[in-house]
Amino acid sequence: MITTKEGGDGLPQAKKKYQLRIPSQTDNLELIREFVSRVARKVGFKDDAISKIELAVDEACANVIEHAYQKNAKKNIDVVIQIDYQKFTIIITDHGRGFDPKKIKQPDMKEYLAQMRVGGLGIYLMRTLMDEIDFNVQPKRNQVIMSKYFLDKKSKHSDQSEVRPN
Amino acid sequence: MTGFEVLRAENGDITLLRLKGYLDAHTAPDLETALQRLIDEKRVKIVVSFKELTYISSAGLGVFMGFIEEVRGNGGDIKLTNMNQKIFRVFDLLGFPTLFEIRDDESHAVGSFAQPKSR
Repeated sequence: MITTKEGGDGLPQAKKKYQLRIPSQTDNLELIREFVSRVARKVGFKDDAISKIELAVDEACANVIEHAYQKNAKKNIDVVIQIDYQKFTIIITDHGRGFDPKKIKQPDMKEYLAQMRVGGLGIYLMRTLMDEIDFNVQPKRNQVIMSKYFLDKKSKHSDQSEVRPN
Repeated sequence: MTGFEVLRAENGDITLLRLKGYLDAHTAPDLETALQRLIDEKRVKIVVSFKELTYISSAGLGVFMGFIEEVRGNGGDIKLTNMNQKIFRVFDLLGFPTLFEIRDDESHAVGSFAQPKSR
C-alpha cells in the first residue's frame, strides 16, 4: 500500500508500508533481519543505523518467540514497517502471552552475573538502539512499536545518506 | 550448512574458538554446546575470536555470561578478541568490557594466559 501526498512545505510526503508475516521460530530471525535491513537500506539509512534497527527488531522478535509464544512454531509474528517523511517505524505484533513492560527492570550487571539471567538485556538494547519505543500490551495482542528518525534527534546528525522517498 | 560455525584449535592448554557467521537466538545453542564440551574436558583457558563473526544479539552475549563464572571458578577465563566495531558496540552497550577481557588480537589473549597474574 503506497499513498503519497504533498506536504505543506512542498516536500513530498511518502507513506509506505511493508509487511512480513512469519512463523515464530528462531531460524526465521535471519529472514526477519534481512527484511528489515533491506527496507531500511532502500530508504537510505547508513550501515550504522541499519545495524541498530536490525538488532532491535531481532531482540523484539526473539522475545516473542521465547516468551509470548514459548517456542510454538505454529504461531505467527507480524512485522510491519511504516515509513513516513520523518521516521521509520517497526510494529511487531503477536497474539501470545502478554507481559507488563513496567515490570521489566533495567539490567544490573552484577545481578545478572550472579543470577545468570539474560532475559532483560534485549529490551535494554531495544531502548538504547531506537529513538522511540512503546509497548502496547492487550489481553490477546502484544505490540512493540519502535521508531528511528531519519534525522537523528539527539546529535542532529543524519542516520540517512539522503532523504528521498520515491 | 547453518549460518554459524565454531572452529576449534588448541595451543597447549589454551583453546581457541573461532566464530563464523551470525550468533543469534537460533545459533547460540551451538556455542553453548562448544563451551560446555570444553568445560567437560576441563579445558578452561579459552580465547574466542570474533574475526569472522558478522552479527551478534543478546542471546549470543548471554552464552558468555552463562559460562564465565564456572570457567573462572575452575581457574580459567574466557578472553574475547578481534571484534569489529559493530560487534564491539553490542558488548559495550551491555557493559561487557568491565566483565570480560576484550583484546584486539588473539595472540595477545593467548600470551596473557601464559603470564602469571600480577597483583
